[in-house]
Amino acid sequence: MDIDLITQILFATIKTGTPLLLIALGEVICEKSGVLNLGQEGMMLMGAVVGFMSAFATGNLGLAVFAAMAMGALMSLIFGFLVLHLGANQVATGLALTIFGTGLSAFIGSGVIGETLQGFQPIIIPVLSDIPVIGKILFTHDLLVYISFVVAAALAFIANKTRLGLTLRAVGENPHAANAIGIKVLSIRYFAIMFGGAMAGLAGAYMSLSYTPMWVENMTSGRGWIALALVVFASWRIGNIMLGAYLFGLASIMHLVLQGMGWSISPNLLAMLPYVATVVVMVIISADQFKEKLLAPRSLGKPFDPRQMA
Amino acid sequence: MIQVQARTDSSTLMQFASPIIAIALTLIFGSILFIILDKDPIQALHVLLIMPLSDAYNVGEMLVKMGPLLLCAVGLSLCYRANLWNIGAEGQLLAGALGGSAVGLLFVDSDSSLALPITLLAGIVSGMFWAALPTFLKIKFNSNLILTTIMFNYIALYLLVWAVHGPLRDPDGFGFPESAMFSDATLLPTLIESGRAHWGVVIAILAGIAAWVILSKTHLGFQIRVFGSDAPAAKYAGFSANKITWFVMLFAGALAGLAGVAEVIGPIGQLVPVVSPGYGYAAIIVAYLGRLHPIGAIAASIFLAVLYMGGDLAQIEMSIPTAVVGMFQGILLFFLLACDFFIRYRIILNKDANV
Repeated sequence: MDIDLITQILFATIKTGTPLLLIALGEVICEKSGVLNLGQEGMMLMGAVVGFMSAFATGNLGLAVFAAMAMGALMSLIFGFLVLHLGANQVATGLALTIFGTGLSAFIGSGVIGETLQGFQPIIIPVLSDIPVIGKILFTHDLLVYISFVVAAALAFIANKTRLGLTLRAVGENPHAANAIGIKVLSIRYFAIMFGGAMAGLAGAYMSLSYTPMWVENMTSGRGWIALALVVFASWRIGNIMLGAYLFGLASIMHLVLQGMGWSISPNLLAMLPYVATVVVMVIISADQFKEKLLAPRSLGKPFDPRQMA
Repeated sequence: MIQVQARTDSSTLMQFASPIIAIALTLIFGSILFIILDKDPIQALHVLLIMPLSDAYNVGEMLVKMGPLLLCAVGLSLCYRANLWNIGAEGQLLAGALGGSAVGLLFVDSDSSLALPITLLAGIVSGMFWAALPTFLKIKFNSNLILTTIMFNYIALYLLVWAVHGPLRDPDGFGFPESAMFSDATLLPTLIESGRAHWGVVIAILAGIAAWVILSKTHLGFQIRVFGSDAPAAKYAGFSANKITWFVMLFAGALAGLAGVAEVIGPIGQLVPVVSPGYGYAAIIVAYLGRLHPIGAIAASIFLAVLYMGGDLAQIEMSIPTAVVGMFQGILLFFLLACDFFIRYRIILNKDANV
């Protein structure tokens, strides 16, 4: 393989990893607050369809991204109300959100199937993009990819270096103690859930406005679920999430790599790779039970009811 | 003023009323949605809920959809009773369709009376195998069952699509991604002369009854219930977590695999790229709506099957996209989860604010 091919592969890795990065960044914040939202796939699909339809109707990509994020946050609010106020099972409610989002997105998007539009265009960053190899890989993307870099960096800072990050962790580790020192546990959890929803909406918008500028039913093809595995893989650490997202991105473009090496395998078999990779990764990381228990937010998936003090 | 109070015991009445209230709320919500979409809500609900039951043909088609929903939901009910989040019914169904087809296609030119039972068995074993993979990973490596079963759903889908484009494609099929038609000896017999309703739905109801007997009348069923509601207590009582896990997962896999093979040798008659409109996912709702009770699942599967059938009719009659069905399913599950709040809590009205 020559250097041009490697550059191309790594460039495509970033592009394919970006939706996973965006959605996993939202989910990790949500999980750090102690809430497991399995509705990622549904929120992402709603973001994708609302983003595409807004852009199609107005031609304004910025507005479309905003609408997609608002939709994701709105969807997550339904989830938040059910699990935080009605104490509904988080797993079942998350599944309901995915089933609802899958159905609703297919329903409202049925009118724009087959339509196309001009999506986000690459912005070549001057000077930086002139760095050999790395410049082409990192600095010739579109706006949403750059946003994902910025959000990842900002979240890493907030989660590890600020009081807000500490509060979030306190709520996820021990909500009763957090409540006792006056932290409004449910408010923090609402905030984290809505952030997760908005990021899922953004990831959806990336799919339908940049990655493949069109709307197809179920176009996210399980990325919301892969992102959930990614968060476990990353041990709930934001730096690891970036690494993991690009590794999974690479797994999904293996056909490019294999073609470059002169192999020919059925595209349907290669399409399984990201899912097989996810299973393999899940097995490797969870085999060490002690480590996973140590790293996961301690109250993850458990309801907190301020009416009943433990 | 209004106050929310935790009940000391969970309400049995609400346990049964909750699904009915949830269905009513879903229909009200749906009507409002149809008004917004400028469709006549009365006509829409008539097409969605009444027309599927209006004549023999439609009832037959409804039964065709009820079979796989019920088979998958019975298995899932047992898994969820044991607190095992198996989301893999869809993949196990597809594996059953694929494995069953691979074997069934060996009998294309045969009229052997063994063709049908062997094909059915192949489907069941394939479904069990597909359930065994994530079960093994969970027991051996402690991997998250929800995520692995979902991943195996996608893997099964691409395997099936690959097979139908490759090794199982009909050599005389002009390159279409379809297998050859199964021989008559391989096909599931229909229930009545006309229509496509077949014995799958009868097997499904029998499976539901069998699961109910296992769950409520046997020691194994008792172990499943204790394990699901209080795992440490089950461990203390000496129940084997691995044995229970293997049993419910393989049972669910067998039923889902049966559902899959029954689709291809029943109403479809050949292997095609799209075997299921998401029965395995809808079965999660059936299981919940049926209160994780195998007999409840029978009633719930009728409702979901009517909704599927109504979705098809709504597209023909009123040009409403069939995706409306998936949306209704999601809303129904939301309302159900919300109504279940009242199993554990009650609302009391205090006239005297000082109390």
